[in-house]
Amino acid sequence: MFTGFDFDVIQHSLPYLWQGMQFSLGLTLLAMLGGIFLGTLLALMRLSPFKIISYPAGAYVNLVRSIPLILVIFWFYFLIPIAMKKLTGNPYASGIGPFYSALIAFTMFEAAYYCEIIRAGIQSVPRGQVGAAYALGLTYRQAMTRVVLPQAFRNMIPILLTTSIILFQDTSLVYVVGLTDFMGAAGKIARRDGRLVEMYLFAALVYFIICYSGSYFVKRLQARYNVGR
Amino acid sequence: MDFSFLNQAAFSGGGVYLDWVISGIKWTLLVSILAWIIAFSVGSVLGVLRTTPLAWLRAPATVYVEVFRNIPVLVQMFIWYFVMPEIVPKVAGDWLKTQLPMPEFWNAVLCLGFYTASRVAEQVRAGIQSIPQGQTNAALAMGLTLPQTYRHVLLPMSYRIIIPPMTTEFLSIFKNSSIALTIGVLELTAQVRQISEYTFRTFEIFTIATIVYALITLTVTFSMRWLENKTRIPGYVGGSGK
Repeated sequence: MFTGFDFDVIQHSLPYLWQGMQFSLGLTLLAMLGGIFLGTLLALMRLSPFKIISYPAGAYVNLVRSIPLILVIFWFYFLIPIAMKKLTGNPYASGIGPFYSALIAFTMFEAAYYCEIIRAGIQSVPRGQVGAAYALGLTYRQAMTRVVLPQAFRNMIPILLTTSIILFQDTSLVYVVGLTDFMGAAGKIARRDGRLVEMYLFAALVYFIICYSGSYFVKRLQARYNVGR
Repeated sequence: MDFSFLNQAAFSGGGVYLDWVISGIKWTLLVSILAWIIAFSVGSVLGVLRTTPLAWLRAPATVYVEVFRNIPVLVQMFIWYFVMPEIVPKVAGDWLKTQLPMPEFWNAVLCLGFYTASRVAEQVRAGIQSIPQGQTNAALAMGLTLPQTYRHVLLPMSYRIIIPPMTTEFLSIFKNSSIALTIGVLELTAQVRQISEYTFRTFEIFTIATIVYALITLTVTFSMRWLENKTRIPGYVGGSGK
């Protein structure tokens, strides 16, 4: 079944694949940080007692969670250049480049998913903690940043990391706008050299090793966090 | 916003652009539902295998789940479509390449089905494991065999418990069906992108697609919430809401 399997093509293309991998990892890391930051803001908005704040956040999260990531990527590739023209006032503004467009799309998309995790995490902190913080004279901001969020994040770290592993898998979808992430690099070489079997199986293997070790690490971490609870 | 372009004659294929949208919705639903049938049946079997006391049954199911869960769907889609016909025996490969009708459609269904099966398996396993061990012991003590215990005690309970996460899995198949556009299935996202390229009404047509996806998601969510209330196990705190 593997007769004519050509390992040389993989070896020759390793530098190019590594460039793609750097793109994938960079996009994952930045989208994760941005997504967690925005997601925290959205979660705090959703938990606000003021409907004028909680409703728009809820609507955004539910809308984004109900449409496919590919459609979100298409949306942002269409909207970002328009927004740039409006913002700069320059009708010839060309946008912000493919990497940043993808980064904005992934950040905005993942923020909705992170928001729901963080909201559950905040709600898992006992109510008495908030009451105690206020009773000590802390402001809302102090109570959140010094009492509630540190405890919430400690509980959420494993699931946030699991979501980020899925985010890493999802970055392969930048393929639909022709960017060269790891999968894009593998696909380009596959088609240039007519070596689809080797390149796609190699890509699958690399993704598997990274994601499997990632989820194994999360499992270990979770076991350690559960001690003393 | 001007939606009159939907009534314009389409660039090809006769009909108007609205027909393209409707055909896209049809393929999206068809891929999702067929893939869900695979995901649900294969996933249930794997989930049961992962909870059996027999190690030689657990091991292959665990390997399956880890492999399918840790490879991106897009990569799996390409492997089904481009790699599979090359590495199966030649007769089968030739049949896949030349005889199979609508290869991109069937490969998308198989890919999404077998990928989601790994996630369904985890939900089924979690559902079975959430049932107190005493129920299994009681069933076995009453003289039920292990298959009978699963059939009459464990599965009826766990399926009712896991309705909410299963809804999420179905919706994720529904959303992931858009990845089928990478191998050429003209489902909803592919159709609206095509229409935007021909008419330059990008904003309008993307809005339509967004509303259609959101409406189907809402419909599924609400009907499953109804089903969940209907089948709630007395004495259990229902997991509605989330």
